Amino acid sequence: MNDIARPDFAPASPNEAPLVSVKDLHVRFSTPKGPVHAVRGVSFDLGRERLGIVGESGSGKSQTGRALLRLTAGNGTIEANNMTFDGMDLMQASEKTMQSIRGSRISMIMQDPKYSLNPVMTVGAQIAESCRRHEAISKKDAKQRSLAMLETVRIREPEKVYNLYPHQVSGGMGQRIMIAMMLITNPQVMIADEPTSALDVTVQMQVLALLDDMVRERGMGLVLISHDLHLVSSFCDRVLVMYGGRIMETLDAKRLDQAQHPYTKGLLNCLPRLDGSHDDLPVLKRDPAWLTEGEAIGERSL
Amino acid sequence: MTDSSTVQKAAVDFSPYVKVVKTIGGGIFMLLLTFIGLTAVTFIIGRIMPNDPVVAIVGDRASKEVYEAMYFQLGLDKPIWQQYFIFLGNVLHGDFGNSVMTTRPVLEDIKRFFPATLELATIATIVGIVIGIPAGVLAAVRQGKLIDHIVRIVGLLGHSIPIFWLGMVALLIFYAKLDWVAGPGRIDFFYDGIVEPFTGIIMIDAAIAGEWDVFKNAVSHVILPASMLAIYSLAYISRMTRSFMLDQLNQEYVLTARVKGLNERSVIWHHAFRNVLVQLITIIGLTYASLLEGSVLTETVFAWPGIGQYITNSLFNADMNAVIGGTLVVGLSFVFINMLSDILYRIVDPRAK
Amino acid sequence: MSDTSIKQDSGLVAWLLADFPQNAFQARCQRAYIGWLSFKTNPIAMLGLIIVAFLCLVALFAPWIAGGDGNTQELSNRLQPPSMEHWFGTDELGRDVFARIVWGSRVTLYIIFLVSIIVMPIGLIVGTASGLLGGVFDKILMRITDIFLAFPRLILALAFVAVLGPGLENAVLAIALTTWSPYARLARAETLTLRSSEYIMAAEIMGASRIRILFAHIMPMCLSSTIVRLTLDMAGIILTAAGLGFLGLGAQPPLAEWGAMIATGRDFLLDQWWVPTIPGIAILIVSLGFNLLGDGLRDVLDPRNSGGH
Repeated sequence: MNDIARPDFAPASPNEAPLVSVKDLHVRFSTPKGPVHAVRGVSFDLGRERLGIVGESGSGKSQTGRALLRLTAGNGTIEANNMTFDGMDLMQASEKTMQSIRGSRISMIMQDPKYSLNPVMTVGAQIAESCRRHEAISKKDAKQRSLAMLETVRIREPEKVYNLYPHQVSGGMGQRIMIAMMLITNPQVMIADEPTSALDVTVQMQVLALLDDMVRERGMGLVLISHDLHLVSSFCDRVLVMYGGRIMETLDAKRLDQAQHPYTKGLLNCLPRLDGSHDDLPVLKRDPAWLTEGEAIGERSL
Repeated sequence: MTDSSTVQKAAVDFSPYVKVVKTIGGGIFMLLLTFIGLTAVTFIIGRIMPNDPVVAIVGDRASKEVYEAMYFQLGLDKPIWQQYFIFLGNVLHGDFGNSVMTTRPVLEDIKRFFPATLELATIATIVGIVIGIPAGVLAAVRQGKLIDHIVRIVGLLGHSIPIFWLGMVALLIFYAKLDWVAGPGRIDFFYDGIVEPFTGIIMIDAAIAGEWDVFKNAVSHVILPASMLAIYSLAYISRMTRSFMLDQLNQEYVLTARVKGLNERSVIWHHAFRNVLVQLITIIGLTYASLLEGSVLTETVFAWPGIGQYITNSLFNADMNAVIGGTLVVGLSFVFINMLSDILYRIVDPRAK
Repeated sequence: MSDTSIKQDSGLVAWLLADFPQNAFQARCQRAYIGWLSFKTNPIAMLGLIIVAFLCLVALFAPWIAGGDGNTQELSNRLQPPSMEHWFGTDELGRDVFARIVWGSRVTLYIIFLVSIIVMPIGLIVGTASGLLGGVFDKILMRITDIFLAFPRLILALAFVAVLGPGLENAVLAIALTTWSPYARLARAETLTLRSSEYIMAAEIMGASRIRILFAHIMPMCLSSTIVRLTLDMAGIILTAAGLGFLGLGAQPPLAEWGAMIATGRDFLLDQWWVPTIPGIAILIVSLGFNLLGDGLRDVLDPRNSGGH
C-alpha cells in the first residue's frame, strides 16, 4: 500500500513558463460526407496544474487532447499558430521527435481499458514495453520496474497480474494498468480522455483518486477531458468549457458559480442539486451565434 | 482499494491446460461426427450409383453363379444399415476395395497419387503466405494508396479468374511458345523412375538422392501448376489479411501503442499484426484444405497425377471404389486440417475459451 | 462552413432525405436511397453493377445481339480467326463464337438463378428455424450444417454429379447442395440476436404464431445479409459451374456453356487461340463483376467493414 499523503501542489504561478502552450488550434477531417471542422481555434496554456476540458460529445475536446500528441486520425489535419511543449515547437517537430516525446514526456490515458489494451499481449509485457521503448534498460529491469509500478497503482498481487491478459482483469484494474503503463516513464504532461466513463460508478472514484495522487506526487500537468462538469471541477484547478469546437469560457474550478457564458450556465443548471427546487431538468439551450462569435477577430472563416 | 476478487478469480483459473484438452476433445468429437457423416454420404452415393457394383467386379459376361456368389460376398443381400457398417468397418481397416481401372487396392493408389496433390497444395499455400500476408498488411497500412489498389485488384482478379483456363493459357505461353518451363506431368519421361520414391514428393526425393538433374526437372514441372493454385491462395490470404488489418488498425489499442511512442513498424507488426495473425490461422487452414480439393481442375489441365485427377478419371470409368475412397480421403484431410487450425487458434488466442 | 452546406433539393430527393419520414414506406425508401448514395461514390462497386447489368441485358436481348442461335454449324467456315463478320472467330464446327458467348450469358444467368432459389430458401429456413426454436432441434440441424460445412465442395459436387448423371441442372443441384450450409449458419446467428429483440416480443404478445414470426418478422431481416453473401459467393459458384462444365460434368453439348466451350476449345489452343480464350475472358469478367458488386454491397449494408473512419 502506498498511502503517502503529499501536500497539495500549488497551481501554476502566473510567472512560470507554461509546459504546453496552444494558440489557435484547428483540427479538420475529410470524410465521405464532406469536411468536418472538429476543433476551431482553441488556445490555452497548461502549467504544472490540473486543467479540465468539458464539453458534450462532438465538442472537439478529445480531438484537442489528441492534437497535442499529433495523433489525429489519418484523414485529419492539424493547424495551429503555435503549439509548444517545454519550449519545443510541436508543429515543426519531426515524426521521430514526436515518437520520442509520446509516452515519455506526454502520455495519454484512454477511456475504456477493454479496448485500449492489446488483447493478445500480457499486461506486464505492455507495461514493460513502455519503459523499454524510452530507456535503455534490460528486460529484467523493465520487469522489476513494471512490477513496482503495478504496486504503485495499488494492485496487490503484481506478480500474478503481470502475466494476465487484458480480458482477465476487471475494468477498474484495467484502468489502473493503463495508468501504470503511462506513468512508468514519468511524463511531464498527462492527458486523461474520459478515464472513468467506461467504469462502474463504484470504482470511478477510486481510479480518479489514484490518478489525482499520482499527478500531485509527481508534479505533472494534467489535462482531464470529460463530459462531466461536476467531476472535472472537483478534481481540477481550471476548467475549459468547449462547444462546437471552440472554447466558450475558461473558469477557475472553485468559482463555477461565477460563470458568465450562457452555455456554461446551462450546463450548470442541468446538474441536479440537493437543494433543488426544479420541477424538471431544463433543456440545454444552444445559440448558433456562439459558433461564429469572434470569427471577425480571427482572420480565418471557413 | 485492491481488486483482490478478480485476482483470485484469475488465480483459480489454471485454464490453459484444461482449455487445450477440452478443445482437442471437442475437435475429435466433431471430427468423428463429420467422419460418420462423410462416410454415410459417400456410402449412399455409392449405393444409388446407376451402375451395378457386382458387374463392375465380375464383368458383364460372368455366369449367373459367379454373379450371385459375388453378390453375397459383397453383402448386398443384407439390410442397408448392415451394409453401411460393413463399409464403415472396411474403411476403418483402410480397405476401400480394389480399383477396377488400375486393378490395385484403392488405398495403394491413393498413397501414390495423394503426395502429388499435397506437393502442389503445400507449395501454393506457402507462396500465398509469404507474398499474401505482407501484401495484405501493406495494403491496409497504405489504405487508399496505389499499393492498396493494386493488392485489391490482384486479389479480386485472383478470385474471379477460372484457374483451369488460366492454366491452359499459361501452358501455351510459358511452355509451348517461350519454352521456359517443362510441360504437363510431374517429371519428364526421361527422368522418370530414377529416384526411389521415399516421401512421394519427387523434388524432395531427388534432393535426398542428390540427383540434381531430376530435381531441376521436377521444379520446372511444378512451377506452373503451383503458381496457378498460388494465385488463388494469394488472392484469398492477401484479401483477408487486408481486411483483418484494417479492422485492427482502427482498434483503440493501436492508438495506445502510438501514445506510448512506438514507431510505426512496432505499432503495425508488434501490436496490430499479432492480433491479425491469430485470425489468419483459420484462414490459412481453410486455404490449405480447399487447395487440396480445389486442385482437381489444375491437375486435369496439367496432367498432374494427383488425387483430384484420380477421382475424376475413376468417375468417368464408373470406378466407384476409387471415387468413394478418393472422396473420403480428401474429405477427411479437409476436415482434419480445419480441426487442426481450429485447435491451434484456440491455443494461440488468449481470449478463446 | 461544411455542415451548413445542405443542398436545397425539391420534390423526390427532399422526400427521400426528409429528417422525419412520415410512414414505413418512406423510411424504407430513404434507407435504400442513402445506401445508394454511398454505393454511388464507390467506383469499383459501380463497375461491378454495370458489368452485372450488362450481363442481364445481353441475356435478355440475346436473339437480337447474337444474330443467330449460336448452334448453326458451317463446317466450311471452321476455326476462322476473328474478323468483321465473326467478331470472335468461329469454332471447330464453324459456329460463331460471338453468338455462342452471347447465348452463354443466358446459361450463366440460369445457373445463378437456380442456385439462388435453392440456396436462399434452404439456408434461411434451416437457419431461422434452428435459431428460433432452439433446443434439440437446433443442435441436430447445426450438426448437419457443420458436416456439410466440412465437406470439400468441388469433390462433393463431383460425387453428386456422378450419381445424378452429367448435365447442367444436376451440376447446379450439386453446387447448391454444397453451398447452403454457411447461409444457414449466417441466418441462425442473426435470428439469435433478433429473437430477444423487443419487436419480436411485441409480436408474440400480440399473439402472432411462431410460423408468422418466422416468416414475417425474422426472415425479412436476414434477407439482406444473405443477399450480400450470395453476391460475394456468386463468382465462386460461376467458377465451380464452369469447372464442372470444363470436366464434362456440367452442361452438355451443344449447349453454349462457357466452361464447356473452354473444354472443347482446349485442343485448338495452340493454333486457334481465340476458341478457348474468349469464353475464359467472359467467365473472368462476369465473376469479377459479381465480386466487385458484392464488395460494394457489403460496404453499404455493413458499415463496419467499410474501412476508414
